[in-house]
Amino acid sequence: MSRPITVYVPRDAAALSVGADAVARAILAEAEARHLPVRLIRNGSRGMLWLEPLVEVVTANSRMAYGPVTPDKVAELFDAGFLEGASHPLCHGPTEDILYLKHQNRLTFARCGVTDPLSVEDYRAHGGFAGLERALALSSDEIVAEVTQSGLRGRGGAGFPTGIKWKTVLDARADEKFICCNADEGDSGTFADRMIIEGDPFLLIEGMTIAALAVGARQGFVYLRSEYPHAAATLRDAIRIAYRQDWLGEDIHGSGRAFHLEVRLGAGSYVCGEETAMLESLEGKRGMVRAKPPLPAMEGLFGKPTAINNVLTLTSVPVVLARGAAFYRDFGAGRSHGTQPFQLAGNIRYGGLVELAFGVSLHDLIYRYGGGTASGRPVRAVQVGGPLGAYIPAGRLEVSADYESMAEAGAMLGHGGMVVFDDSVRMERMARFAMEFCAKESCGKCTPCRIGSIRGVEILDRLAGGGHSEADLALLEDLCAVMAEASLCAMGGLTPLPVRSALEHFPEDFVSGRTA
Amino acid sequence: MTIAWNAERAGAIIDEHRALRGALLPVLHALQEEFGYIDAAATPLLASALTLSQAEIHGVVTFYHEFRRSRPGRHVVKVCVAEACQARGSESLVEGLKARLGIDLGETAADGSFTLEAVYCLGNCALGPSVMVDDRLHGLFHASRLDGVLE
Ligand SMILES: Cc1cc2nc3c(=O)[nH]c(=O)nc-3n(C[C@H](O)[C@H](O)[C@H](O)COP(=O)(O)O)c2cc1C
Ligand code: SF4
Ligand code: FES
Repeated sequence: MSRPITVYVPRDAAALSVGADAVARAILAEAEARHLPVRLIRNGSRGMLWLEPLVEVVTANSRMAYGPVTPDKVAELFDAGFLEGASHPLCHGPTEDILYLKHQNRLTFARCGVTDPLSVEDYRAHGGFAGLERALALSSDEIVAEVTQSGLRGRGGAGFPTGIKWKTVLDARADEKFICCNADEGDSGTFADRMIIEGDPFLLIEGMTIAALAVGARQGFVYLRSEYPHAAATLRDAIRIAYRQDWLGEDIHGSGRAFHLEVRLGAGSYVCGEETAMLESLEGKRGMVRAKPPLPAMEGLFGKPTAINNVLTLTSVPVVLARGAAFYRDFGAGRSHGTQPFQLAGNIRYGGLVELAFGVSLHDLIYRYGGGTASGRPVRAVQVGGPLGAYIPAGRLEVSADYESMAEAGAMLGHGGMVVFDDSVRMERMARFAMEFCAKESCGKCTPCRIGSIRGVEILDRLAGGGHSEADLALLEDLCAVMAEASLCAMGGLTPLPVRSALEHFPEDFVSGRTA
Repeated sequence: MTIAWNAERAGAIIDEHRALRGALLPVLHALQEEFGYIDAAATPLLASALTLSQAEIHGVVTFYHEFRRSRPGRHVVKVCVAEACQARGSESLVEGLKARLGIDLGETAADGSFTLEAVYCLGNCALGPSVMVDDRLHGLFHASRLDGVLE
């Protein structure tokens, strides 16, 4: 009998959501019926989500891509000879040559979709743990210096320099310190944290272990949102495997250094993505935002110095250590160094994950990569950076996707998600949604957010129903100003951003009594 | 499948988790996993095991959208109502699900068959509208597919 042919079918939740399990079963059944030996590997997603389930077949010199594959097409693919990489209407040629993927700068997502997510062997064969091995030979100060020099900034939204945060935790004196990974990923339009956890979980384990060595922590927590059961299962499996192979535990690969890691689930609260609310939640309390100071870096989880970082921040650390600060720093634009996994979502033709150096224009992301809308109608607005991000009109997409340029444009990059809307969107409804979301998710600690958002919904309802629109528009603006200035955290503080941007760029939608 | 509320079993679950630091959320998740919701009778058990007040337990259970305080239907349908799914037609999906199940968001059918819940984002924002039916994620969803995806 001939050597088995390796076939990849993703186990990523997005691929599963469109039937990847059924496709995997169909391939195995068809192979057995035809007495063809197949070795099936469940990989992560390559991030070309419109092609999911994307099946890859390993041939002599490449991996051939077929997608989107449905179970009823499997027999036909076998007939066409897809196990030899033969052509077929669903064939896109070698995966690596697909233009969407070919020109990306995959540093963080280098292995995602390439390897078996739960194989340490595969991980190491593709450069995994090289960053940690180097870190184990460095002092804490040296690791912090390397991360500082790389220019890495927090990918959770605020863009705070990671090295500086770590230095504060390192310098804090305490009997115990913690690393917390913020995997709450509450923003609509984002799924990069989920994808990397499901597609390359050892990368997060490696990044957190390096962070622990850098600040002197022995214990870490991943705060993962409960809406991600697949990611939770994969990460828990990976942690078990890492313990078994001494990549976690009391003595990490004979170094004498210890690090322990545990997954904790959120419970459907958006505000628990705010770092201090997350700490309260990890302590078993309501997710009420804490006043700062003290900074979590000084007094964080259980009152101890705590480094809190987003998944994408922590999963960027291994490459910084493995390839050096200068290598990483050379990517990007201005003061935004490195790469950002952008996420193209909503009404978009080619939705997915595009990791590129900062500085690509929103226009290129949405049209060159995204191919415009899925509906085929014109793009009208793009919300960038989640529910607290601005709506940018189609005519203003030339802005460069980096922290400073986005701020100059009155927007924010946030976690790098872009939600595209076509011309059927009604912006007065999106503005109302922003206020309603804030009212539902507010932790309730401060009045501008807790009460202001409820008033905001009322005003927007009045505007939609007709009435004194000039007075109400002025009132809405005043309310936004108060929320922006007087809220304790960015939940209340940034809710005005989508509202004001909708008003500014789409005033015609707020004319009273509009019906369409 | 979840089982009917049972104080003895609840006590065992609480004992399994009480030594954890910040044990309350993990315990509540475990209880909900077992029974489908957090029964009011769990509050005094939790309070004494974790040396917290009953008011504190109640405060936590009610703060988090995920924790239910009544028994859900045999199938739980979570439909995403966040922005990216709105851009892909979640509004008509919600209407379709309501019509198919005869219940509103946040309700359980009288015959105990279904609970319909709204959620904000399932991390499947390029393939919306998205639903999660009993912990299984489905993209590009239409209400007419509901019966087909039930186990
Ligand atoms: C309402 C709100 C929600 C947030 N949600 C998240 C989230 O889901 N994930 C995240 O990493 N950061 C989130 N943040 C930002 C965190 O507070 C914090 O800045 C971040 O986790 C720090 O990590 P970084 O420096 O690596 O970005 C949120 C902030 C606010 C105000
Ligand atoms: S702004 Fe809103 S979420 Fe933030 S602390 Fe105030 S009430 Fe809580
Ligand atoms: S917005 Fe619906 S899955 Fe993200």
